[in-house]
Amino acid sequence: MSFLDRITEGWRKNRKPGYYEEFDYHWAMTIDLDQCSGCGACVTACQAENNLPIVGEDAFTKGREIKWLRLEHYWEGEYPDVKLNVIPMMCQHCDSAPCETVCPVSATYHNQDGLNTQIYNRCIGTRSCAVYCPYEVRYFNYNDHAWESPLDQQLNPDVSVREKGVMEKCTFCIQRIRQAKDNAKDDGRRRVRDGEVQPACVQTCPTKAMVFGDRNDPKSQVSQSLNDPRAYKVLDELNTHSSVVYLKKVEAEG
Amino acid sequence: MDGELNQLKYTDIHNDVVRSIVETGPNYYIALITAFAFTLICFFFPWFYQLYYGIGAAGMNHPGVWGTYLASFIFWIGLSHSGTLLSCVLHITNSSWRKAMYRSAEAMTLFSLVVAAIMVMVHVGRPWFIHWAAPYPNQMEMWPNFRSPLLFDVMAITTYLTGSTIFIYMGSIPDFAAVRDRTQGWRNTMYSLMSLGWRGTDTEWHRLHWAYTFLAVLIIPLAVSVHSIVSWDFAMSIVPALHQTIFAPYFVVGAIYSGTAGIVTVMFVLRKFMDFGQYITELHFDNLGKLLLVLSLLWTYINIVEVFTGFYSGASGEIEALNYRLFGFYAPLYWEMIAFCAIAPLLCAFKSFRTSFVPMLVLSIAINIGMYTERFLIVATSLSRQYLPDAWGLYVPSAVEISILLGTFALFTTLFLLFVKVFPSVSMYEVKETMESPKKSTPAASEGSPA
Repeated sequence: MSFLDRITEGWRKNRKPGYYEEFDYHWAMTIDLDQCSGCGACVTACQAENNLPIVGEDAFTKGREIKWLRLEHYWEGEYPDVKLNVIPMMCQHCDSAPCETVCPVSATYHNQDGLNTQIYNRCIGTRSCAVYCPYEVRYFNYNDHAWESPLDQQLNPDVSVREKGVMEKCTFCIQRIRQAKDNAKDDGRRRVRDGEVQPACVQTCPTKAMVFGDRNDPKSQVSQSLNDPRAYKVLDELNTHSSVVYLKKVEAEG
Repeated sequence: MDGELNQLKYTDIHNDVVRSIVETGPNYYIALITAFAFTLICFFFPWFYQLYYGIGAAGMNHPGVWGTYLASFIFWIGLSHSGTLLSCVLHITNSSWRKAMYRSAEAMTLFSLVVAAIMVMVHVGRPWFIHWAAPYPNQMEMWPNFRSPLLFDVMAITTYLTGSTIFIYMGSIPDFAAVRDRTQGWRNTMYSLMSLGWRGTDTEWHRLHWAYTFLAVLIIPLAVSVHSIVSWDFAMSIVPALHQTIFAPYFVVGAIYSGTAGIVTVMFVLRKFMDFGQYITELHFDNLGKLLLVLSLLWTYINIVEVFTGFYSGASGEIEALNYRLFGFYAPLYWEMIAFCAIAPLLCAFKSFRTSFVPMLVLSIAINIGMYTERFLIVATSLSRQYLPDAWGLYVPSAVEISILLGTFALFTTLFLLFVKVFPSVSMYEVKETMESPKKSTPAASEGSPA
């Protein structure tokens, strides 16, 4: 191999944000907007599962609400001919994530499972990742949050409670993924089966609009869902290579 | 003007400069105590409150996660630019008019950088872990992320701070020695240490000159790179109106522009309150005014390019961000910036304007207000209009932020006031170089110092 080829190869390799050529699992999600009723159950489930703080009235009016998964509302037309489009928006776990390259301390990085992870202990709070994220799904802890008794009793022991000055975001419920992988290992080195792990939002969705699974497994439900002709990615033109795929709402003509 | 350099004698320079260090009037103490009190009340108390409470003490929110702290950071980095950079360029081009003013200009660089570094601490969420952004061997076996423009920034600023510290210190060594020879007691001991045993032999002068020129050549590209890298904090993102190739030259020009205006302000203050009227003359204001005119034209040109490329792109995100900047909530600030930084400096085309001190002071302050606005707008307007309309928002600074912003000026003033009592704020030996040698006394040889 010539010197130039080696340089080229090294360049290509290091252009990969996570430095991985392939992922062990490649977790992905599809959200069928035709089935989504915009009920908001996923938002509540996420809040309960991941110890999201209730920021209070004051912080809410200042626009400091923390919702790893939010429902974006887009209105079309004028009253009374108005139509509401709802799109659930959470961390898209981009394989080419802008937030990962900008963090000066590598507090956010791509792991072996194709997940975009956030290490709260490492975060120094430059908030640059939130600026670089085109989906606006990173949330900053502007101050410490309190869970008054007995609310502190419902905190999920598998998820850390974040202190002031750190960034947080959707993790695809990494604690559940870890649990599933541990169980799989205990069963004797098998891989996690399709449907064995579900994030809280997917588990809760009453219309089963959300599907979660391993993209590396061609037989998984999510892989089949990805082949749907309605599939599209939000802001795909930015080349973020996101892991969340939306299935477009089909509307009757006329 | 009665203060022609040629009428001065070598001894006068020594006396004037040493007097500015040794003799301290009550006005100085009043100024110092006021500045320090303001620093404490406006800067440190709000900051401590913010450390206790969290960044929530500032007005930042969900889309607007960056605010005035970052704007102040860029502003102070920008202000730091002209000092050492201008001094280096003028040194290499043998412009002798630089010699009376460069020491205080370089001090401005140094203290602006210090203030900027403190602003980073104010900005981040957990400043007690800020050292993690530095590459040092540690028990966690973790390196910082070398792909991050913020890390480039840490490197660039540290290098620039080190470079300009060495530059100003080395240029001051003969002057420290001069002060050493004219003081007694603890001052003598201090300046003996600081002058590093300078004796003024030919070899020493030769080496000093060589090293000084070497550093000057080194610092010019460094200064350009520092602000390019600061611009990459923004330009490397994919945020509409920030993701622009013009940003590096835009920031460099903006930095030199606001820095030059800053020098005019500092020159005026030094001239007025330190009795340096004989050294800082109309010539300096004239030359700095010409420089301001050129820089303002360059700055305007880049602004036009920025607006035009945004308009020409046709991308919905870019157009929206541009519309918002020109006609949205922050639009009055935008047009204020244009008035202060693009239109007002055109007055510098007139020599009568450039050589009058008070109008130049007003202009220089207006330019820096405009330049602060520019930095604020870059942060605020771009973040409030990003790709997803559902996440659009508004950011308004809180009282804590405004207080800290004002406090940075008090902090800078405090540091500068301490500086003028430690460093000879006019370079004695280089001013002497511009004078006629005492042996051949031809007083009517020239007007002003040779340019």
